[in-house]
Amino acid sequence: MSANSWTIAAARDALRKGEISATDLTMACLTAIDAGDALGAFVHKTPEIALDQARAADARLRAGDAPSMCGIPLGIKDLFATRGVPSQAASNILGGFKPEYESTVTTKLFDAGAVMLGKLNMDEFAMGSSNETSCYGNAVNPWKVDGRKLTPGGSSGGSAAAVAGDLCLAATGTDTGGSIRQPAAFTGIVGIKPTYGRVSRWGIVAFASSLDQAGPMTKTVRDAAIFLQAMAGHDPKDSTSADLPVPDFEAALTGDIRGKKIGLPREYRMDGMPAEIDKLWADGAAMLKDAGAEIVDISLPHTKYALPAYYVIAPAEASSNLARYDGVRYGHRAKLAQGDGITEMYEKTRAEGFGKEVQRRVMIGTYVLSAGFYDAYYNRARKVRALIKRDFELAFAAGVDAILTPATPSAAFGLGEMSSADPIEMYLNDVFTVTVNLAGLPGISVPVGLDKQGLPLGLQLIGRPWEEGDLLNHAYVLERAAGFVAKPAKWW
Amino acid sequence: MSIDIDTARRVAKLARIRVEEADLPALAGELSGILTFMEQLNEVDVTGVEPMTSVTPMRLKRRKDEVTDGNIQSQILKNAPDAREGFFAVPKVVE
Repeated sequence: MSANSWTIAAARDALRKGEISATDLTMACLTAIDAGDALGAFVHKTPEIALDQARAADARLRAGDAPSMCGIPLGIKDLFATRGVPSQAASNILGGFKPEYESTVTTKLFDAGAVMLGKLNMDEFAMGSSNETSCYGNAVNPWKVDGRKLTPGGSSGGSAAAVAGDLCLAATGTDTGGSIRQPAAFTGIVGIKPTYGRVSRWGIVAFASSLDQAGPMTKTVRDAAIFLQAMAGHDPKDSTSADLPVPDFEAALTGDIRGKKIGLPREYRMDGMPAEIDKLWADGAAMLKDAGAEIVDISLPHTKYALPAYYVIAPAEASSNLARYDGVRYGHRAKLAQGDGITEMYEKTRAEGFGKEVQRRVMIGTYVLSAGFYDAYYNRARKVRALIKRDFELAFAAGVDAILTPATPSAAFGLGEMSSADPIEMYLNDVFTVTVNLAGLPGISVPVGLDKQGLPLGLQLIGRPWEEGDLLNHAYVLERAAGFVAKPAKWW
Repeated sequence: MSIDIDTARRVAKLARIRVEEADLPALAGELSGILTFMEQLNEVDVTGVEPMTSVTPMRLKRRKDEVTDGNIQSQILKNAPDAREGFFAVPKVVE
């Protein structure tokens, strides 16, 4: 098995024993990346940086100073600012932008010795569920069951494709409404969105600041624990970052969930849900029950209002955050006609630089925040959000330790198949994940089975705030019971 | 609530995104569809509910108001589409 397909845990152990060098491990990934262009995952390759970092990691390993992530080759979502390396949020409006600074997450990863292989494709400004809104073109799912090319999901579609296709050991993602968990489910990998405030947002291009959270996308639950450990922690540069100690997540993986109470929310049993998803959910519950957990029926009554509330709040925050792209300080500026003033510059720059979905969301956000509508839409959505959060608080107060739900309403769909659909049909992809962002809770997607076509399906576990360790342990039990080992057949 | 063409034009203007006249009817239709979807929120009784402002009740940290960097003019201007003599350059702002 070539080294690019290893887990972080296996690579860490082999590096420490000297069975492989970080340089050789990195070379294996760089080779896989060059052979994997058909996946559209890596949009800016950084082999020189990777090899420099790998050599430095080898020196640290030789010196015996090697944190868990030392020498581990990673892909970084294009949403993260990386010094001197294009960081465009997959948007033409940030064309040519090379930050003069490094995001907190990548700084922490590099301090821990991790290796950056390059930047990964995504939906433009993380707005999308299929990676089809990217200025770089589509990322493609390594899973394929017929002639069609499938979406890897979105917005972290490049991250998911890169990890599932073994182009890297793991990748960073970000999740505003499901953008880590949905692509993880579509590609048969693990993705965790931590509690809001667990990971610093500094240096990550902002979409909806009260919902955005970065997290790892990995091949196993153990890798998610190791990777999250290195990303998490208080950052004075992000005022919403929590000043709480970060526990040892890997040590939390005891595999023992006896006596734990798992809630199945009845409102997640949607009309028209495919029988396969329903069965997967029941199978997952049975696996946790066999491991000694108690399964209880719970109610989260405001679930059906989560998507409409999200599609008020997220565009409102986006319209404000994206106001900074005006063609003055960075990125694209439209060519102006004789006599054009500053307003024409703004309007032409933003019309050229933003794609259709981003324009649509900025305008929706502008509308719901405009005079006369603020209370009717934005404030009402924030009140509904408070009720959604309270639903979860009541469930946890009643003794529930974790909540089990499907991760997505279907398996991966074909690229282009939703292009004529109403935008709302695409938004429905987030139906099971978006509540978690609204409530600020940690949620993880775990691959559990294949559908009848042979495509991966995932289940989501939702945990108590700041209890990622306990959540990861539940996910670990589910992962072991499900025994999901299928890999996509290589066609690229 | 449906959005007419005048409202679509006004929203585009407020968002500082140029939309051609010919594209306004389609935009108005799309925005109306999304707003209709949001109307479901009117079914919820929100009497006495405080709008959610933060995910976890915690006091925002305060820091000392002091200068911590400086002398990085060239770094700040490095990505500008048009920078001249140490400034960001833009088209005429006032007549």
